[in-house]
Amino acid sequence: MTESITVENLSKRYELGALQQETQLRDQLVRLLRAPFGRRAPKEVLWALRDVSFTVQQGEVVGIIGRNGAGKSTLLKILAKITYPTSGRVRARGRVAALLEVGAGFHEELTGRENIFLNGSIMGMKKKEVDAKLEAIVEFSGLQRFIDTPIKRYSTGMRSRLGFAVAAHLDPDVLIVDEVLAVGDAVFQKKCVSAMHDLRGGGRTVLFVSHNMAAVENLCSRGMWIAEGRIKLDGPMREVIEAYMGSFASADGASKALIAADARGGSGEIRFTRVEFRSTDGGLQTVTRCGKSLVIRLHYRAKEPIERPAFALRMYTELGTLVTDTGTWLHGLDIPLVPAGDGYLDLEIDSLNLVPGRYYLSLKVDSLLETRVYDALEHAVHLDIEEAPIYGLSRRIDSRFGLVFFPQRWRLDGIGSGARIEVSPAANG
Amino acid sequence: MGQWVSEIWHSREILYFLAWRDVKVRYKQAALGVAWALLQPLFTMITFAFFFGKLAGIPSDGVPYPLFSYSALLLWTYFSVTLSQVGNSLIANSSLITKIYFPRVLLPAAAALGGLLDLFVSSVFLIGMLLYYHMTPRWTVLLTPIFVGQTVLLVMGLGMLLAALNVRYRDVKYTIPFLTQLGLFVTPIIYPVSFLPHRFQGWLALNPMTGVIQGFRACLFGGGQVDWDVLGCSWIVTLLLLLIGSWHFRSTERVFADVV
Repeated sequence: MTESITVENLSKRYELGALQQETQLRDQLVRLLRAPFGRRAPKEVLWALRDVSFTVQQGEVVGIIGRNGAGKSTLLKILAKITYPTSGRVRARGRVAALLEVGAGFHEELTGRENIFLNGSIMGMKKKEVDAKLEAIVEFSGLQRFIDTPIKRYSTGMRSRLGFAVAAHLDPDVLIVDEVLAVGDAVFQKKCVSAMHDLRGGGRTVLFVSHNMAAVENLCSRGMWIAEGRIKLDGPMREVIEAYMGSFASADGASKALIAADARGGSGEIRFTRVEFRSTDGGLQTVTRCGKSLVIRLHYRAKEPIERPAFALRMYTELGTLVTDTGTWLHGLDIPLVPAGDGYLDLEIDSLNLVPGRYYLSLKVDSLLETRVYDALEHAVHLDIEEAPIYGLSRRIDSRFGLVFFPQRWRLDGIGSGARIEVSPAANG
Repeated sequence: MGQWVSEIWHSREILYFLAWRDVKVRYKQAALGVAWALLQPLFTMITFAFFFGKLAGIPSDGVPYPLFSYSALLLWTYFSVTLSQVGNSLIANSSLITKIYFPRVLLPAAAALGGLLDLFVSSVFLIGMLLYYHMTPRWTVLLTPIFVGQTVLLVMGLGMLLAALNVRYRDVKYTIPFLTQLGLFVTPIIYPVSFLPHRFQGWLALNPMTGVIQGFRACLFGGGQVDWDVLGCSWIVTLLLLLIGSWHFRSTERVFADVV
């Protein structure tokens, strides 16, 4: 395997304040008059990148994740030669195409066709290449009817389709992509994803920055998490995503004390004390991803022995829709006696088939013997379910797609042999 | 430097497309279109011919005054209009600079080349005027491209310097129109060099456009007395500006994307 990108001890420093304050000659003159021999005021310095080193092999597809301002875009800009590092070196083998903004350099007054030539040329295509690929680019964009219309009449979606269509035909050795899949409609996103899959198949090196974890996980084999200008973690994509998302939820996010909760009803002989989200292999689970397993552990404290209690849990959406109601009684479990003291119950969920979002849990323990509620907490804790590829695709699925999804498949046998069924490569991945 | 030049050579198609874009866009949605390239020097010439030629009686080296002033306005209009476009070329394309890598010098170069179309259009009218005044062009007319080329080099030299400064100091944006406005009077456009008292003529030669316009007129109208000192001085200043401009551009282009 050959090295496609080599980055050695890369650092980039920005001087804050220096940019805005002294862009007028006047300010510099004033400063010079005030203190002709004085030293320049010390500037606030920001290290966007600090001593970053890594290599990428040819054909690798690397996903770069991190919070806003972590240095991801600076890294891409340096790799794309748009900006220069303060120190360190970057070597890239072959043609590098950077897609930092779809349709950068489009001119409003020019038609779609003219912009294909302009954009393609600036991105590094020869005119001959554009000529040869023009038809394919237009077809990819799906804008045949509007191709001779000035793009100032285009919608944002149409613009990005045109931009990605050009980019998809650049045929680079190294492709650098910054958050472009966030635009366009679902059909076009599918096209983009499959175009990137084609690149992956063709032995091209791809660096992909995105906040869409599902897309990153689906497309990339290797992940890099950048935090505060350094590489915090470099490894298999899934592990990096999980570590990254785990950094948002602190450990106490997965384990929530309930003692101080105000609005709780019940007579109080037994109380819930804590809710923990755990993984099936035992530990606390700081990140819960849709479609994955989850164990909800309910801790309680009983002041006295409780005869035949029934524990129940309800889950609501953020808007208050009841998603599910489950409990020991519903499962036919009869608990003869809970001794005084602390204990817990586990609710094991095999596959959490809920679309990503925030959900609330309500807890209740009452008696099977009499109409008595020992403890009741409405919306006691929330559970954040994070994105993961659903149906094996990178498509971002959220509350617009309903509430739940089932393990399922579509059978197309009945359509007949004449129909050509297009399967996006992503579906096989 | 060699690497720089070879990279520019490899990117010549981008230069072509950028210049093509500038030309294409300039007169889009303008009813008169490219005729604007002619109207500006034409009406300036008419005004000058009336006030300076007719009323003030300023001499014109034996050439009809309209022809005398139009021939200079041709180059001067290219110089002043294009200089402002070249000077603003980087900040006007900041979205390109911050998103795509390509040799940055292509932006000012494209602006300088794009302006040549206007010059060409207004030159056609000059030929018409020559015919109207029964001036038979001499063979020296073939040398006029030298002075057009010199103007392009001058615009590039000065323009690269201004464009690079403009990235950091927006003052430049306001300096350029001011500069070209003053330049109109310290360049022999309205008057011939001989119109000035002798002790001022030397100073005028320091303005590279003086030599350009004198040489251009000499090629068109003959006139005999070509001042080689002025021409030489003009070329030295032009090449010096080109050197300073490209040096400054080269040494600052790395930070354009961070500052613009």
